[in-house]
Amino acid sequence: MSKALSKHPDAQTIPVSFILNGRQQEIEVEPHELLLDVVRERLGLTGVKRSCDVQVCGACTLLVDGRPVSACTTLAFEVRGRSVLTIEGLAEDGKLHPLQESFIEHGGFQCGFCTPGMILAAKALLDENPNPSEDELKHFMHGNICRCTGYKKIIESIMAAAKKMRSTGR
Amino acid sequence: MLRRFHLEEPRSIGEISELLGRFGESAKIYAGGTELLLAMKEGLVQYERLINVKGVQGLNEVANGNGAIKIGALCTHRQLENCPGLQQKLPAFVELEHNVANVRVRQVGTIGGNLCFAEPHADPGILLVALDAKMIAEKASGKREIAAEEFFVDAYETCLEPDELLTAIEVPLPAENSAAAYLKFGYLERPSVGVAVALTLIPAEKSLADIRIGVGCAGPAPKRVPAAEEILRGKSIEEAKREVAKAGEVAGRAADAISDLHGSQEYKEHIVGVLLKRALHSALSQC
Repeated sequence: MSKALSKHPDAQTIPVSFILNGRQQEIEVEPHELLLDVVRERLGLTGVKRSCDVQVCGACTLLVDGRPVSACTTLAFEVRGRSVLTIEGLAEDGKLHPLQESFIEHGGFQCGFCTPGMILAAKALLDENPNPSEDELKHFMHGNICRCTGYKKIIESIMAAAKKMRSTGR
Repeated sequence: MLRRFHLEEPRSIGEISELLGRFGESAKIYAGGTELLLAMKEGLVQYERLINVKGVQGLNEVANGNGAIKIGALCTHRQLENCPGLQQKLPAFVELEHNVANVRVRQVGTIGGNLCFAEPHADPGILLVALDAKMIAEKASGKREIAAEEFFVDAYETCLEPDELLTAIEVPLPAENSAAAYLKFGYLERPSVGVAVALTLIPAEKSLADIRIGVGCAGPAPKRVPAAEEILRGKSIEEAKREVAKAGEVAGRAADAISDLHGSQEYKEHIVGVLLKRALHSALSQC
């Protein structure tokens, strides 16, 4: 995947040094470039999805320094000096994250389009609150929309993963 | 898709004001970008330049002093929903912040950006009007205070001068026996109607020493409703509970409600009354 930028003659470029899924990345971006486009089109990681494009649906959720953001409405230069996690970086040494395992085990997805965003948002929740109530979970996740599951299975998946993570300390 | 723009990254309030003065309407302040970038992506607004103000130090703090809580304009909604000092002094405001949009918007969206963008369907301005907050506006040549109720002029319009920026919001520390409540209603992503009440009781007399009412979202901008306050001010708690329906009708008419996808004018006016009653009861129950 090319990291080169087709530059406008008088384009302003901003060097962006950041960590992507645990690996140092050095790129140059123009101010108007969106994180979603840079990650998908230039860095080739297509787990993050463009859907509503207005920060409502959560399909473009990425974690920046562990916190969920909408990549569709984040300027790419904002990740200077930060750490970005996409769904591709969640498994460690080929072993799926407990949330990923739990979504499989409990049928937490159907078409899968919202799943990367769901799982990353859930990770952000469980990292700050390892033992959420169902109400806390729903409040945190209400900005991630699924049009297939009806959410019951997603909630079950996250609650089950939380339990597993608490017991294994992961 | 965003069109190309040039990015400025000033380090001081003076520099920002100077850039605003120099580039006028072709430049816009950029903080969290949660509202601005959406409007730019839609092509509703275009700017040659964005002025990233996040490099200015000291604008993202919450501090106590001079009988007020000073909230830096660059505080994110998330920061405010998790601020222990605020939770203690202004629980209604923390609750409001906890329910702004969704977790991703709260993560990057700033209170200052929210207020300055003045999107009609926004929560914070309504409660700040009821809490008698002051907006601190600065430019290269000086600083002024603006009452929250004067700050909002129209949809997407504040009274800030072209080279001025909002640097902080000062909320008076609530007096003894005071409480506030903000309630909103809506089935779309943004609130359709928002109502805020801030009141102070005289406990011995079981009466309302003071009450301030803010309404918003139904119309173009948050506003205070003195005529509805007058109906309730000085009344006993029991009288106030009886009179609140009348105050609600007045507040509903004052809301400048418009018919749109969120609901008809009449419907929104009705909801203002319903929320005012509930907000009054909620605030009273906290005293």
